[in-house]
Amino acid sequence: MTVSSDESTTSVTRVSPDSAERVRRRDGSAILRIPDIDTVEAVSLPTGLGTGHQDDERMILNMGPSHPSTHGVLRLLLEMEGETVLRSKPVIGYLHTGMEKTGENLTYLQGPTNVTRMDYASPLFSELAFSLATERLLGIEVPPRAIWIRMLMCELNRISSHLLFQATNGMDLGAVSMMIYGWREREEVLRFFETVTGLRMNHNYIRPGGVAADLHSGWQRDVRSLIDLIPPRLDEYEILLNDQPIFQQRLQGVGVLNPEEALALSATGPILRATGYDWDLRRDEPYLDYEKVEFDVVIGTSGDAFDRFAVRLEEIRQSLRIVEQVLDLMPEGDYRTQDKKVTPPPRGRIDESMEALIHHFKIFTEGFHVPTGEAYEAVESPRGELGCYLVSDGGPKPYRMHIRGPSFINLQTLPHLMHDRLIADAVAIISSVDPIMGEVDR
Amino acid sequence: MARVPVLGGMPQVFQEGLEGLEHNFVTGRVEDLVKWSRARSCWPATFGLACCAIEMMATGAAHYDLARYGMEVFRASPRQADLMIVAGRVSQKMAPVLRQIYDQMMEPKWVISMGVCASSGGMFNNYAIVQGVDQIVPVDVYAPGCPPGPETLMHAILTLHESIRNGEIMRRRSTTGQGAAIDLAEFPSDQAEAL
Amino acid sequence: MTSTEVDFGADMVPPVPTTKTFEQLVLHPDRATYTQVISALRDRGYITATDLTVVDYLNHPGRSDLPEPVQPERFEVVVSLFDHIRRHRVRIRVQVPAGDPIVASLYDLYPGTEAMEREAWDLFGVVFEGHPDLTRILLPEDWVGHPLRKDEGIGSIPVQFKQAPK
Repeated sequence: MTVSSDESTTSVTRVSPDSAERVRRRDGSAILRIPDIDTVEAVSLPTGLGTGHQDDERMILNMGPSHPSTHGVLRLLLEMEGETVLRSKPVIGYLHTGMEKTGENLTYLQGPTNVTRMDYASPLFSELAFSLATERLLGIEVPPRAIWIRMLMCELNRISSHLLFQATNGMDLGAVSMMIYGWREREEVLRFFETVTGLRMNHNYIRPGGVAADLHSGWQRDVRSLIDLIPPRLDEYEILLNDQPIFQQRLQGVGVLNPEEALALSATGPILRATGYDWDLRRDEPYLDYEKVEFDVVIGTSGDAFDRFAVRLEEIRQSLRIVEQVLDLMPEGDYRTQDKKVTPPPRGRIDESMEALIHHFKIFTEGFHVPTGEAYEAVESPRGELGCYLVSDGGPKPYRMHIRGPSFINLQTLPHLMHDRLIADAVAIISSVDPIMGEVDR
Repeated sequence: MARVPVLGGMPQVFQEGLEGLEHNFVTGRVEDLVKWSRARSCWPATFGLACCAIEMMATGAAHYDLARYGMEVFRASPRQADLMIVAGRVSQKMAPVLRQIYDQMMEPKWVISMGVCASSGGMFNNYAIVQGVDQIVPVDVYAPGCPPGPETLMHAILTLHESIRNGEIMRRRSTTGQGAAIDLAEFPSDQAEAL
Repeated sequence: MTSTEVDFGADMVPPVPTTKTFEQLVLHPDRATYTQVISALRDRGYITATDLTVVDYLNHPGRSDLPEPVQPERFEVVVSLFDHIRRHRVRIRVQVPAGDPIVASLYDLYPGTEAMEREAWDLFGVVFEGHPDLTRILLPEDWVGHPLRKDEGIGSIPVQFKQAPK
């Protein structure tokens, strides 16, 4: 596994679109294409699926939607021959919440409360994508302190999300102690979030115009204690997991993907980087002020589950590096834009000024109007490229809000990763893809 | 029998024969013992759906430890579980699955509706979400919050334990015919013990 | 977002109308030349399709960002492609009429659009011709209707507050 430098040109190799043969086939060699409802009859058949094989050992196994692998409500239909998974079909939709329809009924200020519950392990990224798209449509500039606060909170959220991955990955493989350790560090980060935003999860903190509240006094001390606390614990995880033969045998060579296939399937994030493809939106299409901080983009070598695990572990260290630089470079100033039509006034001003009262009333009842147009903004969330496509009709509510959920797209790699592997590897593969079902189903 | 030296002399627990009887046995009514053991080893079924599932896992982790209540084993098989904590929003596609898992659980079984989405549909009053899981299964304790922090979930669990232990929950169920319908928001935590 | 000064919509055969939205290039092919345009873009280096979605413009007051020869229709299929070498994004918007909501599928060019097209069919009812498995993905398989269309309501129920006077 190597890290690449962040300066100058990217080492993105020119990939030929035609070399991802395996994933382009239409014969369903890895993807099982049968209707959900008919599977009840198919499962009860003793042998065969009408494929012409008389007494082979093929059966369709239904895994989920409620199963112990702690990845939410994902249902898998596995066509198996003995213990080998031949084809599979992920069935999703068990958490479909109609968030895109709900987004059309909420104002732009209420929008982050809705999108934050999509990717509930890293909610600040969804809020960030939505806020960036709204600000693009509004044409407003966010003050520098707000930008740097957003960067700080997003990188801490990346750390907490990757710690959640370490915990659930460990538990799915049977290393139950890893579950306890991962949550232990996550609690420290969540405590910082609670002090700043008021909530442990689903913060609704990053709003169009800036952030909801300034950092508390003494935040440097809290962030410094996080920076001192986490790296030694990461070393402990490496001692526990990386060099352990059981862990290596369970994850190395399991669920291999090459860069061409990942790009053909539109996979992004650690899955793409673990294949060896050097692509990270923070460096290659910088948003916020990521070009002012130094960090390395972590890439893998073989695209297997072990590389995905190791890439995420190393990304925690890189995020801590960014957090340390933000700690030193945080500018002073406003934490949200001063544009009165967009930002609600401070509560104290409402008693003094009539205009402040009217602005407050208009913003919270009707909402601020956003000019007509469309915008697509993407951020690099812990799962990949998280994009928000907003279409506005000039009113206070979005006309169409679409979130490009990275887990939804990354799940398409699952049948190809599980093809011809044993069923015991299926759990390891699902957990290495790290889907969050709230974002998949929206 | 080996004698362990203890400050103050010979411990009475090591007296042989019938003299140590009152120190070596615990007596009680059968109902109380049954309720006590039911309350103290209530095993939850894994039914984490969405964001509340993350908080439920956090409650089971080291900081807000559920093992001290005997509940750290989240049984995957509903046949082995006593308690179903519906953690998260229940969509239309998930509702039959939820009912099927509830039906597979053995009596006595309890349901905690964790979070506002499970209690009432939460902020999602739309076509896709069942407006309250009590439309599908009888709920015993409703825990509000979005998501409820681990302390709220523990308050809900302790309320449930108390009401199991003093029989309150069975009485409520027999009057309503359905779940016990204890709404945590109505009971401040210091009154939960009195339930 | 970075952009290059390339406007290659004009030098495609036949030329495709292009606009720029916040410095991002947007192409507006029609349904007949849609696949051809996407294929040409793929050969140019747009190796990954980041997003494919549909917008229902039924209640929209009027789109002002469409170029002249393009006739606005009710549905619009919006595809985002990304060229990693030049770090350039391009968006393609195709108009799809309500009476005949069929458009070609991009599965053969970009297998990653399989799930995105299924979702678009599920929520909007736009048919993608040539898709290997166009079935419902988010809603139950026996659901009737396409909820994200503008003529379907949100489906909310009136909320009864306990303390409210009757």
